[in-house]
Amino acid sequence: MNDRNNNSLPTIPLAMTLVGQTVTFAGVRNAGRGLTHRLAEMGLAPGENLEIINRGPGPFIVSVKGSRFVLGRGMVHRILVRPE
Amino acid sequence: MKDKRLTIALAGNPNSGKTTVFNAITGARQHVGNYPGVTVEKKTGSTTHGDVRLDVVDLPGTYSLTAYSIEEVVTRNFLLDEKPDVVVDIVDSSNLERNLYLATQLMELGVPLVLAFNMSDVAASRGYNIDEEKLSELLGVPIVNTVGHKGKGISELLDAALVVAGKTASKQRYPNYGGEIEPHLLQLTELVEQKCSRQRSRWFAIKLLENDAETIKRLGQVCPEHIEELTLEAERIRKHIESVCGDAAEIIFADRRYGFISGACTEAVTQSVERRHERSDKIDAVMTNRYLGLPIFAILMFLVFQLTFSVGNPVVDAFDGWKGDLAGAVSGLWGESGADSVLRSLLVDGIIEGVGAVMVFTPLIMLLFLAIAFLEDSGYMARAAFVIDRLMHKIGLHGKSFIPMLIGFGCTVPGIMATRTLETRRDRITTILVLPLMSCGARMPIYVLILGAFFPERVFKVLGIYNVTNQALWLFAIYAIGIALAIVCAKIFRATLLKGEATPFVMELPPYRMPTIKGLAIHMWERTWLYIKKAGTIILAIVVVLWALAYWPKLGEEKLGVFEQQRAVVQAEKQADAEQIAERLEEIDNAEHEAKLEHSAIGRVGKTIAPVFRPCGFDWKISTATIGAFAAKEVFVGQMGVIYSVGEEADEESEPLREKLAAKYTPLIGFCIMLFSLISMPCMVTVAVTVREAGWRWALLQVGYLTVLAWVLTTIVYQVGSRLV
Ligand SMILES: Nc1nc2c(ncn2[C@@H]2O[C@H](COP(=O)(O)OP(=O)(O)O)[C@@H](O)[C@H]2O)c(=O)[nH]1
Repeated sequence: MNDRNNNSLPTIPLAMTLVGQTVTFAGVRNAGRGLTHRLAEMGLAPGENLEIINRGPGPFIVSVKGSRFVLGRGMVHRILVRPE
Repeated sequence: MKDKRLTIALAGNPNSGKTTVFNAITGARQHVGNYPGVTVEKKTGSTTHGDVRLDVVDLPGTYSLTAYSIEEVVTRNFLLDEKPDVVVDIVDSSNLERNLYLATQLMELGVPLVLAFNMSDVAASRGYNIDEEKLSELLGVPIVNTVGHKGKGISELLDAALVVAGKTASKQRYPNYGGEIEPHLLQLTELVEQKCSRQRSRWFAIKLLENDAETIKRLGQVCPEHIEELTLEAERIRKHIESVCGDAAEIIFADRRYGFISGACTEAVTQSVERRHERSDKIDAVMTNRYLGLPIFAILMFLVFQLTFSVGNPVVDAFDGWKGDLAGAVSGLWGESGADSVLRSLLVDGIIEGVGAVMVFTPLIMLLFLAIAFLEDSGYMARAAFVIDRLMHKIGLHGKSFIPMLIGFGCTVPGIMATRTLETRRDRITTILVLPLMSCGARMPIYVLILGAFFPERVFKVLGIYNVTNQALWLFAIYAIGIALAIVCAKIFRATLLKGEATPFVMELPPYRMPTIKGLAIHMWERTWLYIKKAGTIILAIVVVLWALAYWPKLGEEKLGVFEQQRAVVQAEKQADAEQIAERLEEIDNAEHEAKLEHSAIGRVGKTIAPVFRPCGFDWKISTATIGAFAAKEVFVGQMGVIYSVGEEADEESEPLREKLAAKYTPLIGFCIMLFSLISMPCMVTVAVTVREAGWRWALLQVGYLTVLAWVLTTIVYQVGSRLV
């Protein structure tokens, strides 16, 4: 678990992923402590896998630990992921 | 019988079936109040199990015990301060890992705990095989399977709760945070124990490391002289953890809690296939489709109003008829001589006409609340937020703000309370400011009255099959105007007073569920009951006052004598036929009614304020009713009922209010009334809640801008309209 942050693969914004893709959560750009913590409590901690279920006109629906989450338009540009 | 009393607190994630379990435990013996100081709803109920009396408290639904939302703070403080004898955590067992996160925090808190594995039917049907015995052993907490809406397992759940109640949670396990963290955590725990609190010291230590402001405040009150030392030490350890683990301490904690859960679940749960969302995802592929989502949403909204109207209207008509019968029957008690009885006038003209005018709309309100309950219970509400996110973005809010607005279509007050799920104050205030523009259920009676009076029902077919009434279209237009105005106003607020970046939008989507009849009935009834209660209390009181204002001072004898004389003259005319005489007599009656009203207190007040409303096309009667609507929107209808019935002859065949209005005003004025009621100042209760949730300055702004906006728009419509027509 310790090496999850020095993973050498490049990260991309979630907004650039496609429906059906599974990616690894890497972090959030310009996120305050509160937001990062809240995401972690929902299961979105660095290293976690997420699957893109649907992308609407802006927001995304992703699957994390068997739950579905809506990530708003602003979020999908700030969340960084590593493609598998 | 021993009278042993115990308190059970129900905790759980939203959508875990907590309310359903609460209802199953307490039945109808419920009481809804508020937690002290905040507007979070507090539901309590009681039951007896064996020979023990149980007080059950339904805590707010939360995902965690971090102090990010008022709900979480309330839940935490209740557990820390009130110390319930046992906590039952309602877990959605078809979504185990995520739901157990709250359980790990309850375990860390060290409360006597029982886990209710609710939705066990769903878990089984989705191929989850949970070894409860093993999981119970791994977590050190009793587990009981339940099916909330069937009442299954509830008795066993209470059995288990009684066993655990009041005992120290000795067997309970909690997450181990691993070699880099545990020694430091232990050291801080000891420090807390020595300096501050012997109880829950590990919990406090963890929260200190998470840099939890509420905890620091709480400990600061318990041991002000040591708090600095504790926070400094916590800060030091946090830095250390961050440098070793590469992430903030609270992230590591969250991650390890999930690790702990995951470990337990790997041992105790086998899963044939991941199918929890299979069906939901299929429905979502259509409902949240990037092209279909919005049209589907619009159609659904339209159906809600169409259904409410086409089903509700005939019932309202029937109720209206009964109200007339009742008024006639009560009037009849006085016989011929009753015309001058004050009591008769109070009962018939005041209470039956006033409160009755509000009560007859109950069926419509019920249907509207039923529709909203269906959207909420089925899980569609969250999808609506998703679909609307892009539009909301354009006005500087995000999709989540839309849920309070949707609830606002039922009633603005719970809508405002629902804004608490929004993370930033900016978003909350903006949403609260525009919420009254979401036309609430209490405004429905006004629209229905006006539409019935001026826009007779016509039915036409859409696509050759579907019947649509012109009234439903009008109604839809009014709601659409409200939404459009809300969009414009929100944008203006976000660009001026409430500037700032859009906040991140993250929300869990619950799987779609078929709402149960019982659940819908309870949700609908809770809100409808509030409407009825309001009619029986606040509105009754206002109506009585208004009646008195319309009844006194009475017209002098000599003035009344003038009308008597006129009548005598008409009746004495020999040459005119009977029909003409009747017509002229009616004219005189109307003139007398008018004169009596103008002479009354309300007439005088009305006349004084009328000039203000004249540009909107309102006469003094509508003006007074508009002012009365501040108390509660539906008072408008009640007040028109009173104004148009006080002073009428008791034996007169009373025509429905809508016919009186149709005879007196034009459809344009009718529309202006609807428009003004839609926009103008929110009702008293809304203002009170806004003061509590946002502060009095925002409440003042809300009242002010809405009233001005209403006046300006209505005036424009009336002035332009009356030149065109
Ligand atoms: N299949 C199934 N549905 C349930 C169960 N318990 C509750 N529900 C349904 O789940 C939905 C949400 O329940 P509710 O009590 O409102 O959830 P809350 O948000 O936790 O209060 C409702 O439609 C309930 O009828 C259960 O054990 N099994």
